[in-house]
Amino acid sequence: MIFFELFYVFFLIGLFTFGGGYGMIPLIQEQVVARGWIDALSITDFIAISESTPGPFAINIATFVGSQTGGIFGALCATAGVVLPSFIIILIIAVLISRFMKNRFVRGALSGVRPIVLGLIFGTAIVFLIKLIISSSNPQSFTLTSSYRESIAIFLMVFGFYLAYRHFKKKSPHPIAILAISALLGMTIFWVL
Amino acid sequence: MRKKVTFATLINLFLAFMKIGALTFGGGYAMISIIEREAVEKNRWISQAEMFDILSISESTPGPISVNTATFVGFRVAGFWGSFFATLGLALPSFVVILLISFFYKTFLSWTVVQAAFLGIRAGVVILLFDAVLKLKKIVKFTPLTLFLFIMTTSLIVLSFFFNFNLSLGSFKFSLSIILILLGFIIGIIATALKKGELEK
Repeated sequence: MIFFELFYVFFLIGLFTFGGGYGMIPLIQEQVVARGWIDALSITDFIAISESTPGPFAINIATFVGSQTGGIFGALCATAGVVLPSFIIILIIAVLISRFMKNRFVRGALSGVRPIVLGLIFGTAIVFLIKLIISSSNPQSFTLTSSYRESIAIFLMVFGFYLAYRHFKKKSPHPIAILAISALLGMTIFWVL
Repeated sequence: MRKKVTFATLINLFLAFMKIGALTFGGGYAMISIIEREAVEKNRWISQAEMFDILSISESTPGPISVNTATFVGFRVAGFWGSFFATLGLALPSFVVILLISFFYKTFLSWTVVQAAFLGIRAGVVILLFDAVLKLKKIVKFTPLTLFLFIMTTSLIVLSFFFNFNLSLGSFKFSLSIILILLGFIIGIIATALKKGELEK
């Protein structure tokens, strides 16, 4: 039955994806494309959509494949499947951690991980910045072309807004403000001009 | 100890994580500053240090970081039903948006105005990531060891953009970030065992 199969396949995918996001693409290729649920080309298209719509990649792709294969109920089964493994595992950890949080080895382990996590985020920020200035990184399905000059210009304008806001208000601007401004700048520079 | 869970708390969790789910572009780390705003600053459900611990745990367990964080924060605030409603709230916006898009996605992406907005948003996401680093760096106590771990991780992640470092063991793929996280756990435990090198004050 397709609904059970969708649930099962996405449960497996959810279980074996660490660190979130694109780590699951090889698994999607193996399980989803091999079953003929969607073709390999749609996956490339879909990465572009997922990059630019809200929500985690895992939920996005599960909903998408589920809907293409089994309609709304298919989307529901696939999404439930991909979320459930992390939900169960984190629930177990959350129960245990409140008991073991006082343990100095647990605390020590976490304090060793903190600089690593900070480095992961900082490294990702730099990688995203690099991707931003490489114009060829546009998704294939995009008909708009952007040059690195325009991307850098938008980045600098948003960055200028960010710095000015922090300087005058002594706190960071709301993330929605940052996203809205960059979307508007994108529409102005790439579409209107 | 946990406060008494009210219906209002569950509704608040659901709405806050729905907001987070609706505003998370580019996935993963980009949403940290949004979660920080909702869970730490606005609702004071968790402290900034707890937020960091949750991130570390999320990184080393399977599944999307935002789902993990929602489940964890929800549990901290209101037990099982807290995590249920937080996770449901988080998943709902993407579910609805993608469901709509899946019905006419070819048309959607062919609108150049949509593409233009998305190209702009990519710049905003970079700022969100730098903002997250700026906020979270207060939590790390910088010693020569932690500074080294931070710089090493940053460099490796940037290098991995140019070269592929992922290891596979049979059909199981270890990503670079999993290896680094595990390394951090091990170094943290060793440093605690040596006592002298304890990373925390």
